[in-house]
Formats: sequence, structure tokens, C-alpha cells
Amino acid sequence: MEGTNKFILNHEHRHCGTLIVNAGFPRTVVAVTQGIGACGKASLSSCSPKVCIVGSGPAGFYTAQHLIKARQDVEVDIYERLPVPFGLVRFGVAPDHPEVKNVINTFTQTAKHSRCSFYGNVNVGKNVSITELQQAYHAVVLSYGAEGNRSMGVPGEDLAGVYSAKDFVGWYNGLPSCRELSPDLSCETAVILGQGNVALDVARILLSPIDILKKTDITQPALEALAESQVRRVLIVGRRGPIQIACTIKELREMVNLPDTRPDMVAADFDAVKEALKDLPRPRKRLTELMLKTALEVPGEKEQERRSKASRTWGFRFFRSPVEVLAEPSHSRIAGIRLAINKLEGSGEGAHAVLTGEVEDVSCGLVVSSIGYKSLPIDPSVPFDSRKAIIPNTMGRVKQAAGLYCSGWLKTGPTGVIATTMNNSFDTARSLVEDMDSGTLDVSAAKPGSQSISALLEKRGVKPVTFSDWEKIDNVEMKKGESSGKPREKLLTVEEMLHVAWT
Amino acid sequence: MAASAAVRSSMGLTLRLSRVIPDCSTCPLFRLKCNAKNAANLQRKGSFDSFRTINRHLQTSIGLYHSEEGSSNAEDPEDVVNVVYIDRSGQRIPVKAKVGDNVLYLAHKHGIDLEGACEASLACSTCHVYVSAAHFDKLPEPEEREDDMLDMAPMLQENSRLGCQIILTPELDGIELTLPKVTRNFYVDGHVPKPH
Repeated sequence: MEGTNKFILNHEHRHCGTLIVNAGFPRTVVAVTQGIGACGKASLSSCSPKVCIVGSGPAGFYTAQHLIKARQDVEVDIYERLPVPFGLVRFGVAPDHPEVKNVINTFTQTAKHSRCSFYGNVNVGKNVSITELQQAYHAVVLSYGAEGNRSMGVPGEDLAGVYSAKDFVGWYNGLPSCRELSPDLSCETAVILGQGNVALDVARILLSPIDILKKTDITQPALEALAESQVRRVLIVGRRGPIQIACTIKELREMVNLPDTRPDMVAADFDAVKEALKDLPRPRKRLTELMLKTALEVPGEKEQERRSKASRTWGFRFFRSPVEVLAEPSHSRIAGIRLAINKLEGSGEGAHAVLTGEVEDVSCGLVVSSIGYKSLPIDPSVPFDSRKAIIPNTMGRVKQAAGLYCSGWLKTGPTGVIATTMNNSFDTARSLVEDMDSGTLDVSAAKPGSQSISALLEKRGVKPVTFSDWEKIDNVEMKKGESSGKPREKLLTVEEMLHVAWT
Repeated sequence: MAASAAVRSSMGLTLRLSRVIPDCSTCPLFRLKCNAKNAANLQRKGSFDSFRTINRHLQTSIGLYHSEEGSSNAEDPEDVVNVVYIDRSGQRIPVKAKVGDNVLYLAHKHGIDLEGACEASLACSTCHVYVSAAHFDKLPEPEEREDDMLDMAPMLQENSRLGCQIILTPELDGIELTLPKVTRNFYVDGHVPKPH
């Protein structure tokens, strides 16, 4: 506790000193006389450490949250390309997982903190460069995530009817750049490549009864398309076996319990699984047990009845890799997919798939490739490991780039749940705070922060969206949703968002 | 859950302002502090109703303030449950709690760094704690959804539980809750940052 007291004492001095320095600026005077309730954000100090964060997803917000907590003087500005905050919490988390989105409440508290500001509608790398941000701020944290996707690299993957999961998810979640996707759902069988949680999200959205979806914040065009969907069978394909599956148990259980569907598995895929079960760590064991139960056990009477009444099926297909997307005779769209049959070498998590030379064709009218997201480089001045698709870093400190930090998927690669991103972002914030405390990062010279960046943006005709502008969008969306019994009806274009924000 | 968010935000604001703004009357910011205090009081009043639905023992905002300083707001000594949090730096933080308190929100109340991203709706594992051996078996069995979330928790152990699912009972008196050291480095001086 001693340390804390000392810290506060220092801090008081800093504040009083600052005020005298700032007393001449009309904005500060107004802020002080009106009090916090009226003025919102007052720049408390011109010589406080200024940090900017690029990207307002969970990584950005968790980094900001920890920075603000750990140093009572640091000011954090969050820049976001879209007019709306929260990244994958808004555009990635499935619409039928509203509980996960509760994290927005904590992020909102952070955004409304007196030492945090949000600047939406600012495309870093285009409207303002990383170098310019580094000149304006003591530190720049890159947390812009993984907006690209890994491609399958097989012939035919550009055919109509093949989509990346990233785009498909963006479409039903209202990501402006995916609005025009309008996937063709007129086929009976859909094949999803990949068996992670995103793959299961897509499978669940494709198969969910429309009555469930219409109570979520799924976009209206997606809801209408899914209501007309002819998809009755979804195969979820992975190159390795059940013990290597990438999804987590919550998502698997949701599939198992999804109304009006029944599982359709290949019993032989589970041949070697039972023996391996006892040596597995708990999470993997429980996940595998649930798969075994679903695939092999004879269900009880009630479940049997449920399954027999189900109009839709889903199933895993293990030990398969895509070889080629097959076209219809007209070559315009897909007719199926050719899968190579694999066998496993090694065991457990480290086992890898080896081609057997055999192939198998599956007819389908829709292929969603869900084999992973991928971060993209933002600026030639920022180191980037294109093989791993991450920024090379040591505990969040970008290698060979003083004052640059990274967090979230850009730092670790695109895996993990919200808890993982949270810890990873807190870690980056700790590194940054350590560097400030130790003097490795020099924060003694005053930096202009948002003041100079705002001027630059104005000169370039870019008008940022503030957090209170976002709250207008938020209100409009919630109001629109209310009338149709949804928690929110998202605005689908940047133009609409900006219109609401600025009127 | 909206109610709990309101509790958190109103507490957060109060703490934040009382910490950030210096206590010197010659400093012009002093006035700001007075204003802020009023604003905070107003906000607390606004969320008072939702307070009661969350936790009937949290009667007044005064109580909140006191508990911040470590003293108990318990009125009936029979209702007191002693809890020790062991934070990520290994520091022991004893807390006097009451029967019916939720371990996640109790941590927030005392400025202990336990996140609760999904606000106790069993959709994340950010309030993961280890429970002392003597008390672990006294807890009701976790429901399936809690087990599913625990499976995603970094550093899962046999005595892992989600803090948001632990409701204090008299038998849990003396319970020790350890925050997993999922992160790699700590404040050298043992400084514990308060939630904002």
C-alpha cells in the first residue's frame, strides 16, 4: 500500500501543476467550471503520457482499460476505421450469443472514462499514418485484429457459391463491407471447411429455426435470406480427427441441442477415440465425450423422437482436406467439392494429417471456408511476419520499433476466446506501463496527442465519430430493433451510420 | 444483468473520481471534485432501485464507501462471511462479506481485479478463481454450463470455479479465493490498480 500512497502524492502535484499551466486555455476553464457532468472529457494535462490504440475491438478496449487503471495520468485515444466501436464483439460474435456481448458494457465504461477518447471513422494507414501517430503520441498500440482470411489454395475456390466464413459472418452480422454478399442458399447441402467455433457458428446460423434468429440482432436481409434458405444438411469438415477438433464444448453442445436438427456422424471416425479418452486433459476429454455420446450412443426415447422429427441434419466429417471445388457444367457456380482422405500421423494435439491418395466427392451448393482469420500488414514502417501473419513482438513490444506495441490477434494469431484476448491485452498494457515506469519509454517530453491528429484529419477532410456520436447510432439501432422484437437492428452502411451520427 | 451493470458503473464512477482528483482545496480542481461528487450521488440515487434487486444487503451508497475502506457493512454478525482473496501478485486481501454475496461482484466492490466480461451470464471464463480445498466441496456442484465455460479458462485446475457462480453461505466462512496467475508480470511494488 505504501507504493500506492506515494504514487497518489506525486500525482496530486502533477495535477495542480498542470492546471496552472493550462489555466489560459479557455476549454480547460470551461471544463472546470462546468464540472465533469457537463463537460465530459477535459484534457487534464498536456504533459501526461499519451497513448493511442489502433482498433476498437476487445483487444483495443482491454488494453485501454488496463492502461487507464494502471497509470492515473495516462490518456488513451482509440482510433477505429468504422464509425462504430467493438470490432468482433459486434461483427464476429454470433447474434444468438447476446450474453457474450455484455462485455460492451465494460468497454463503454472505458470509452466514457475521462482519460479515454474514441475516434471512429478514422482509417489508420490511409487517413493518418503510423508515423504521424508516433509523432503525436508517446506510444502506439496496434490492435486492429485479423481482417483477412486464410485461403484454401485449391482450384475453384473463386466460384460463385464459395464464401469465406469471415465474409459470411460479416454478412449476417452487418459488417458494411459484406452487405452485398447475398449468399445463395438455394441448395440442400452446405459444406463448411474447418471445425472451429466460427465454423460451428456458421453451421448453427444456417440450421437454426428462424423463430430463434428473429429475436436476435441478426440483420434483416440475412434473416429474410435464411427464412427462404433451402439448406437442410450441413457437413463440417476437418482435416484431422475428433481428438484434434478445434471448437469448444459450448458451441458443440449448442449444435447437439439445436431444435429441429439431428446429428449425422460417421461412426468409424471414432474408432480409436475411446481408448485415447482417459489420457486427455479435462477440456478435451469432456468435448470428446460429448462427441462420442452424440455420434455413437443410442439416444433415449425422448431424444429419439426429437431426432426423428427433425427436418435438418448436421455432422462432422473428419480426416478430409479440400482438393478442388467442383463446378457445374456451365462453370458458373459450384456443384460439389472434392476432398482428399487423410490419415493421422502421431497422436494427440500434435498429430498431423497425411494424404492417403484417395479422394471423395461431395455434392453441395454452398461452401464456407472457415480455416482461419489472418492479420494483414498496416504500414511498411511496421515490422510484420507474413509467414505467421502477426507483428513480431516480445510480450506486446513490437520488435525493433520503440514506442510501438501490439495486442489481440495481431499479437498472437487469430485464436482464443474473449478471456484469452483479455489476458493478452492486459499483458501488452503491462509491458507499456513497465516501459513508462522504467523510462525505457520516454514520456517526459509533452506530446500533442489527439490535438495534432485532429488537425491533420480536418485538413484531410476526415471527420471522426466520437463516442457520443456512436451512442446516437446505438440508440437508433435499438429503437429500430424494438419495433420488430429484436434487441437491435444494425445500420448496414457507413453512410447511414455517419448520417445518424452527425444529425 | 442491466441492473448489475448499473451497480458497477455507478460504483466505478465514484471510485474513479475520488481517486483521480486531488484532495487539495487550493487546487482549482477541488471544485470539479465537488461537482463530481454530486454527480456521483445523483447517479447512485438513480440506480438505487436496481441495487436492491441485486443484493438486498447493499442498502445505501454510504455502505459502499465504507466497504471500500475495508470495514464491514454487515449489520447482523451472523450474516458475516469472512473471505480472503489472493490476488495475482500473491497479496492476501481479507474481506468481510455477507451471506448471499456473489464472489464476482464482491470482488468488484473491493477493487479486486476480477473481470466479469459476460456479467455472470455464463458466457465467458474471465471470473475464474481457485477455491481453497476446505471449501471447494462445500460448494454446490457446478452446472453443466459452468463446467463448459471452465473448460475454456486459461490455467484450469481441479479447484477451479467461476466467481460469478459462487454465492456465499455461512459454511463458506474462511473461504480463500485465488486469482489465477494467467499473466506474466506484476507490479514490483505490489501496487494493485483499482478498477476504474
